[in-house]
Amino acid sequence: MGLRVKITKKLPHFELDVAFSCDEKNVLALVGPSGAGKTTIIRMIAGLTRPDSGMISYNDEVWFDGEKGIVRPPQERFLGFVFQDYMLFPHLNVFKNVAFAAESKDEVMRLLKLFDIWHLKDRRQHEISGGERQRCAICQALARKPRVLLLDEPFSALDANTRRNLRDELKKLRTQLAVPIIHVTHDIDEALFLADDVLPMVNGKIVRKWMLQFMLKERNTKKRPEDDFKYGFSRYHEFDRSVLYDSLGDEKWRI
Amino acid sequence: MDFVPLYLSIKLAVFSTVILIILSAPLAYLLVYFRFRGKSFLEALLNLPMVLPPTVLGFYLLVVMGPKGALGRIWETMTSSPLVFTFTGIVFASIVYSFPFAIQPMKTSFEKIDRRLLESAYVLGLSPLATFFKVIVPNALGGVAASAILVFVHTMGEFGVILMVGGSIPGETRVASIAIYEAVEALNYREAGMMCLILVPISYFFLLIINRLTRSKIYGS
Repeated sequence: MGLRVKITKKLPHFELDVAFSCDEKNVLALVGPSGAGKTTIIRMIAGLTRPDSGMISYNDEVWFDGEKGIVRPPQERFLGFVFQDYMLFPHLNVFKNVAFAAESKDEVMRLLKLFDIWHLKDRRQHEISGGERQRCAICQALARKPRVLLLDEPFSALDANTRRNLRDELKKLRTQLAVPIIHVTHDIDEALFLADDVLPMVNGKIVRKWMLQFMLKERNTKKRPEDDFKYGFSRYHEFDRSVLYDSLGDEKWRI
Repeated sequence: MDFVPLYLSIKLAVFSTVILIILSAPLAYLLVYFRFRGKSFLEALLNLPMVLPPTVLGFYLLVVMGPKGALGRIWETMTSSPLVFTFTGIVFASIVYSFPFAIQPMKTSFEKIDRRLLESAYVLGLSPLATFFKVIVPNALGGVAASAILVFVHTMGEFGVILMVGGSIPGETRVASIAIYEAVEALNYREAGMMCLILVPISYFFLLIINRLTRSKIYGS
């Protein structure tokens, strides 16, 4: 069962219209250029933004149903949400930030040790590095015992080294965490590295998976790795407009 | 020298500050984070005391709080004592008069808090009310303290409204500013000068205390 999402929302430049599901213990990556509507999707899953129509459910529980007018507040969805720039509470130290939604102090200790930031427990956010903040934010989200963990560009504000380390660690920890993860990113390598399933997105729609292959192929022809994805996406956009819209007809957005 | 007016001024300022902080914090929260019908009208109304001459505000308060006014009558049936020309009456008038000074700094400091911080609290399971106490207030202590300073100092220097609503009853509504005025009227410059001389360091001392308090409670940046 897991998480099932089928939602639409009118945005200023396009209409967001997606349908996907994420099984227990899976990691799903939503990947696409900035402004594709990825963050809006996870905000809607969290209950922070309201879809125009559709349905969001987790197992037997309905979180949003446009037709029946069911909207569960974020407090009742039991999620973990790691914001792009962490959003730790500035008035609390690391320990208290993680303890914010935790059941017990032991749990906080366990998480802080697991993510190797136990020694920073008394510091505030302005006294620790970006990577350490990110770890703290992930601990904070996990302390709630979330049913789904939502990560919004979790590594984008970090330097390349820290990003690599944290990414490796998260991959290792995945099995221990045992929680479905939805990972939003514009970095295709990151998406492929962590996720079991990758959904490429452009202009509010999930595009066919073979597009991903196209993107990857485009990327592999480039020499400088850091430009790869940008290049891939700009090409993708061209391709998207000129070929995809015209040739695929009604089928074009089906996964 | 008579110290009662000074004592009354400080008592009035403490009462007004405490009550106003408690009243205006939730109101500022409402004005910053919620959209509702008539919000701009409410905001303009709350700020009205800032632009009205104190005598005009005092006049209307006197009418409303007087024995024939709506509020005065309710108060009399509840407590069987009048509202005008009493200490309670001038506390009430001070609250109305200083409302804009309490609400503006708080609003500004609430507006500075990243909304996603509140969203993070919601996702972590906190109700909007709990978020107010656990996230907004601790991150806006600077603004709360600024409100407190402004209200305190503003009330210490209040004159027109108190004169209209409270008159000059010794030991009840004759606060320092009124006592000074009356001393000057009676050509008793020595008494007036003494009181002024005491009032200045007292105000300065209170400002210093609140300033210290604020600095120790500011986080981040």
